[in-house]
Amino acid sequence: MAAPWRMDCKPHGALPPLALPRSLFYRRWTMPNPSPPARTAYDAIVIGGGLVGAAIGFGLQRTGLATLLLDEGDIAHRASRGNFGLIWVQSKGLGNPHYQRWTRGSAEEWPALAEDLQNRTGIDTRRHQPGGVTFCLGEEEFEKRSEYMARMQAEAGNFGFEYRMIRAAEARDMLPGIGPEVTGVSWTPYDGHASPLHLLRALHAGFTGLGGTYMPNAGVSESKAAPNDFSVSAAGQRFTAPRVVLAAGLGNAALAPQFGLSAPVVPERGQILVTERAQQLLPMPTVSLRQTAEGSLMIGDSKEDAGFDTVTQSPDIMRIMANRAVRCFPWIADLNIVRAWSALRVMAPDGLPIYDQSERFPGAFTANCHSGVTLAGTHANRLAPMIAAGTLPPEMSLFSARRFDVRTAA
Amino acid sequence: MFAQRPDPRPATVEVFVHGTALKVPEGSSAAAAVLLAGLGAIRETPVNGAPRLPYCMMGICFDCLAEIDGVANRQACMVTVKPGMRIAPQHGARAAKVVA
Amino acid sequence: MIDLAIIGAGPAGMSAAVQAAGLGLSVTVIDEQPAPGGQIFRNVERAGTDPALEGEFSTYGVTLVQRFRGMVTAMGGIDYRPSTTLWHLDTEAGMLSLRGEGGTSTLTARRVLLATGAQERPVPIPGWTLPNVLTAGAAQILLKQAGAVPKGRTVLAGQGPLLWLLAGQLAKAGAAPALLLETTPRGALYKALPAGGTLGSRFWQGRAMLAKGAAMMLAARQSGMKVIRHVTGLRAEGDGTLQRVVWDGGSTEADTLLLHEGVIPSTHVSRALGLPHMWDEAQLCWRPEADEWGATPHPLLAVAGDGAGIGGWQAAMASGTLAALDAAYRLGKLPDHARNSRAVPHRHTLERVLALRPFLDRLYTPAPGILAPEDDATIVCRCEEITAGQVRQVAALGATGPNQAKAYLRTGMGPCQGRMCGTTVAALIAGARGIPIPEAGALRPRAPFKPITVGELAAVPAEEI
Repeated sequence: MAAPWRMDCKPHGALPPLALPRSLFYRRWTMPNPSPPARTAYDAIVIGGGLVGAAIGFGLQRTGLATLLLDEGDIAHRASRGNFGLIWVQSKGLGNPHYQRWTRGSAEEWPALAEDLQNRTGIDTRRHQPGGVTFCLGEEEFEKRSEYMARMQAEAGNFGFEYRMIRAAEARDMLPGIGPEVTGVSWTPYDGHASPLHLLRALHAGFTGLGGTYMPNAGVSESKAAPNDFSVSAAGQRFTAPRVVLAAGLGNAALAPQFGLSAPVVPERGQILVTERAQQLLPMPTVSLRQTAEGSLMIGDSKEDAGFDTVTQSPDIMRIMANRAVRCFPWIADLNIVRAWSALRVMAPDGLPIYDQSERFPGAFTANCHSGVTLAGTHANRLAPMIAAGTLPPEMSLFSARRFDVRTAA
Repeated sequence: MFAQRPDPRPATVEVFVHGTALKVPEGSSAAAAVLLAGLGAIRETPVNGAPRLPYCMMGICFDCLAEIDGVANRQACMVTVKPGMRIAPQHGARAAKVVA
Repeated sequence: MIDLAIIGAGPAGMSAAVQAAGLGLSVTVIDEQPAPGGQIFRNVERAGTDPALEGEFSTYGVTLVQRFRGMVTAMGGIDYRPSTTLWHLDTEAGMLSLRGEGGTSTLTARRVLLATGAQERPVPIPGWTLPNVLTAGAAQILLKQAGAVPKGRTVLAGQGPLLWLLAGQLAKAGAAPALLLETTPRGALYKALPAGGTLGSRFWQGRAMLAKGAAMMLAARQSGMKVIRHVTGLRAEGDGTLQRVVWDGGSTEADTLLLHEGVIPSTHVSRALGLPHMWDEAQLCWRPEADEWGATPHPLLAVAGDGAGIGGWQAAMASGTLAALDAAYRLGKLPDHARNSRAVPHRHTLERVLALRPFLDRLYTPAPGILAPEDDATIVCRCEEITAGQVRQVAALGATGPNQAKAYLRTGMGPCQGRMCGTTVAALIAGARGIPIPEAGALRPRAPFKPITVGELAAVPAEEI
């Protein structure tokens, strides 16, 4: 008996690392959206309903632009769902002071964004920015970290960069039960964390509460671009707007050329281990370990090239992550891991965000980054108003994808 | 609350449920011991503090989480009793044991 | 490197192991339980003589476990690892990551058979989280495991053969339930009759089972258990513990409430492994896609038993044997004609024991309110205490399936990892969006399939990975 419904959890065969986003739907069947919006003309269309797209869409709608937010279905890649949840400044942008400033700016915008979302939606993003630390195991790590932080401060110039290298003896007063191998920590006051899931829900709820149109199950099937005149087909409908923002994560790589843009992003798998809930113990996040508001301990982080495969977790990477966590905090050893999560970071070749505007088709923008939580503050409060104004200001040109163009770089 | 039937299944293994000694048949799980002891709750949930007792007895529902021999949050229905085993309720989220 | 790793030592896993080892394959059986039998023949080595469990349990169950044990101890036989959980499976390398009483270990196999069995369908009625509300299966496990029976006034609620079987067993154990609240709707029997085949051919094929069912019902009735039919609006009530069971038009005091609405395949591992699954419209559940040998589209993986689709223990034994024959063929230990001819009697068994299945599936189709509770205040996620109303809210916000709902609400993020709420959340979203349940999809679970401590994971020797 042939069952009419079939669910593919995983595509058959290996996928090339830069397959088109449409081929990444795990389900072979699609259905029309049950309640398609009556309206088809908007002031702005944002493609991608993850943390980046939702923050920009929320910001655009808040400036008064009627915005359509197109999202994929239940099993989209969803880097947002795998976000570790840090609002993290202390290691971002060495060698790229503009990125350091952009990240710092986002950490500064976060309190206002969180408050605005709370007031509008009643959803607490669980923002907590008490500062954060990076652990050093062994003397060599401590020395390397000291140099790194000194360089960060030097590059910050007049903008300033407050940090401290703290020896283990003092760190023991800040954090509970540090292991004997820990030689010290680096600390900055800017760092913190939030719930990526609450943030995503708050952005979606805030966006629709402002009158924005959110459409799930709406992968883009076709698009047409002309200066300040864009048409996008999704879920069997055609939508038009003078502005379009590509925030489809890894899908941007294939979408961008259709709008005269370039987004050479590739996936980088990140893994996260999540423990059962425990009583609150950690007063601040560390770069690879944080305790959520619910009490779970989240353990990151890994870097490996893994194509688009988000189904399998590597036990070897999981072991390395667990091992480091236990060396930092031996008491973690007793806790049960209830799930492990692997998600795909959106990585440009240099690891920095790409923000760009189309020269050929003014009105088309793209936003690509792997720090959807950290940068939510600037995406909603700074980038969205720039896009609403029609052009990115000159200081944003450092984030343009033109930096990868060998002819101009030479 | 559950009752024993010593005729077909004599109670031979002594365990301590919330401090009280109780004999249960060999092969019983810690969750069965809790139900036989008549405990009102094996755990309180970490979310709302609601009382729970075992529900599925086959390792699916995780409602029988208990502290067994000092180890928190163990699935009591998946742990077979051993002589002298200490089974205590799990009160909300576990506390990590930090050694300063 | 072994030939065949089998996950689960129930009827399917044991039969597969016995067949495969008999054909000269090196076989390892991993099982969570301390003794073989699965849920149906749980603890049968100790409980087989309990008069309350007389019947298939004490006869076929004892025999099957004895055959399995016989091969475990034999030279070159089955490597049986009880009290062991599979927490990760690398499907490229065929490497199983295990956690047993002695710590973690790994095992590499040329072929892996998932015989993970069934779980009871969640019955999310208001008050189902109260202490002393259990599943009927849980009560039966307590009887098998510890000889234990519920004390005081016991109420059964729901539908399906297990309730009648349990009622009879409890009666024999001196603890007859007071009341059965049957949720099968009026007219269901009439609607189910066509599923008996042309001229009732399937009833004739399944006559032995029908007779067994009738005897079960008679025995339960003779114990004095009252039966109320066509029950709707079921709820459990009480202050901190069960006190009353309430339904549309009635209520009763109760010390124990045992719920049952049939069983569904345990697909936690098969979904986590990314195997394609089919929606079974008759049984209203997902099951892994597999061919007539239980082979999945993945070159290494096969499924057998109730985990591949509900059929009961006899079908599980046959499908386990078929999967073992196929494994032997694929590993070059059995030519295809020998595989095919040896399969014939087992296929006949399958046909016979599955004859009544369409009728039973139709008769005991769970009511829409069981799949998706109507009362918004009903808890659907027992771990995170999320209600049906909250799920409907996020469906309105745009959650298209259980994976997005999990991100919004944490349904499926607690210790059970969605085993209890996944199907209900999907059904609620489907209801809110006006789409069929399968279109809402299913949760994609992740390793570890069962919890493992950070310390155990950290201590896994690197060379083993």
